[in-house]
Amino acid sequence: MQNIISVSGLSKTYASGFQALKSVHLDIRRGEIFALLGPNGAGKTTLISIICGIVNASEGEVLVDGHDIVRDYRAARSKIGLVPQELTTDAFESVWATVSFSRGLFGRRADPAYLEKVLRDLSLWDKKDSRILTLSGGMKRRLLIAKALSHEPQILFLDEPTAGVDVNLRRDMWQLVRSLQAAGVTIILTTHYIDEAEEMADRIGVISRGEIVLVEEKSELMRKLGKKQMTLQLQSPLERIPPGLDAYRLDLSSDGSELTYTYDKQAERTGIIALLRDLNDAEIAFKDLHTTQSSLEDIFVTLLKDAK
Amino acid sequence: MNLFAIRAIYRFEMARTRRTLLQSIVSPVISTSLYFVVFGAAIGSRIAEVDGVSYGAFIVPGLIMLSLLTQSVANASFGIYFPKFTGTIYELLSAPVSYLEIAASYVGAAATKSILLGLIILATAGLFVPIRVAHPFWMILFLVLTAVTFSLFGFIIGIWADNFEKLQLVPLLIITPLTFLGGSFYSISMLPPVWRTITLFNPVVYLVSGFRWSFYDLADVHVGVSLGMTVLFLALFLMIVAWIFRTGYRLKT
Ligand SMILES: Nc1ncnc2c1ncn2[C@@H]1O[C@H](COP(=O)(O)OP(=O)(O)O)[C@@H](O)[C@H]1O
Ligand SMILES: [Mg+2]
Repeated sequence: MQNIISVSGLSKTYASGFQALKSVHLDIRRGEIFALLGPNGAGKTTLISIICGIVNASEGEVLVDGHDIVRDYRAARSKIGLVPQELTTDAFESVWATVSFSRGLFGRRADPAYLEKVLRDLSLWDKKDSRILTLSGGMKRRLLIAKALSHEPQILFLDEPTAGVDVNLRRDMWQLVRSLQAAGVTIILTTHYIDEAEEMADRIGVISRGEIVLVEEKSELMRKLGKKQMTLQLQSPLERIPPGLDAYRLDLSSDGSELTYTYDKQAERTGIIALLRDLNDAEIAFKDLHTTQSSLEDIFVTLLKDAK
Repeated sequence: MNLFAIRAIYRFEMARTRRTLLQSIVSPVISTSLYFVVFGAAIGSRIAEVDGVSYGAFIVPGLIMLSLLTQSVANASFGIYFPKFTGTIYELLSAPVSYLEIAASYVGAAATKSILLGLIILATAGLFVPIRVAHPFWMILFLVLTAVTFSLFGFIIGIWADNFEKLQLVPLLIITPLTFLGGSFYSISMLPPVWRTITLFNPVVYLVSGFRWSFYDLADVHVGVSLGMTVLFLALFLMIVAWIFRTGYRLKT
């Protein structure tokens, strides 16, 4: 079985009457890093909470490694580790006590050597006897990860793991996620930082207002939706774009020294060669040229605009 | 059955007890001793005996019951309310544990604590008055059954409560008055007939009566009735807990 999680027809209407998920279908592949990308309030946490058993679904079905999350909740849940969005911890417990608790709660026999490894990997070992309330925010975040990993899950959910986290810690987090993937763990992370999805994910799902708008390989997504821009630095400034070049819809910078051409890189013909030839004919010389590719952020904005 | 989980939760709760030892054990002992001084010594000196038992000794089972009820409810309700309040309940809900296992661990821990407390109070009381236990087996049985039953009740309250006021409300407005009016400090035969009848609607009467019978062979109602009522409450609370978990009431959205 290739899909480790399979969500079908999942809907959620909260008691308030608000529909947070609208018939969501989603498959997560074994061993991948999947980024669920969407603005605040899109339904990311709701989706994760249902899969993990914290929120009841209104409709639909979820299978975790073939186990139904309701009928066969023990088998399903014991495979999952969850790092929640909020930093919720027992302030008065020690680090060691709380990770031991988590392991037991998930039905695993005590294994101090394993827990030591987890804490060391997360640079928490020297804090093992500290009370949680004495930890910094970053340490608490790592502690929540340690708790989630304490029972050796095959699937790890990270709900906005780097929200409000400084740059260094973010890099550490990404590294950790990669090493977990290397160890065979499937990772689903939610984020509203596009660069994070771009940096980390194998596949990206975009969620907006309770609907999965799109699921795509990251590279495919970039290829399909990515626009490229070519900027030419001109030898001498132009006053205006010659009428003969109208068809290219060029942008001229305000000082007249740069021309920018935007093209679709998925198109059969990008038009670059023709443009360069026409520029040559119009006797516009350039001294340099560079291309840029649109980021996921631009793609995201485009997508959401289309979805409206 | 996820025995590791039950053990983890139970230990977690007992660790909380150890951390708050002063609050959990010492303060009930002090307040019971105060009751003892006031009711036993000050008032008791004017009431010679109740059915052949010195008043000081007579109130011991009632005092233990009072602590047992209030502490069982307080411990169990706080134990489950707190994770809801802080948000750490997410872990419990996402764990491969059945609701029965969750309830068993919280109720087990809360009951353990209040049983220990009851025994400590008994020992404390033994310093003030001579105590005899006519039916030790029954005494322990009532102690355990009552602790479990009211820990279950506390567990229900802890799930129901969505703020700290509600958490305090039930013990304050229901448990304490019912215990005081339930013959903890007097025999209901001392009451006028009308009040005696009304009092019989108070469930605590049956608990105190059975418990006192196990000490002094003195009972307001037959011990079998006491036992029956205790088991009835136990069954009632179990049913409510089962319903809560089936519906996810106040736990899951
Ligand atoms: N318990 C709840 N009751 C009612 N509405 C809720 C509840 N939880 C979340 N919502 C609403 O559901 C929507 C999705 O929330 P959430 O899943 O937390 O989004 P995200 O994690 O993508 O920011 C939001 O509009 C939020 O206000
Ligand atoms: Mg969220």
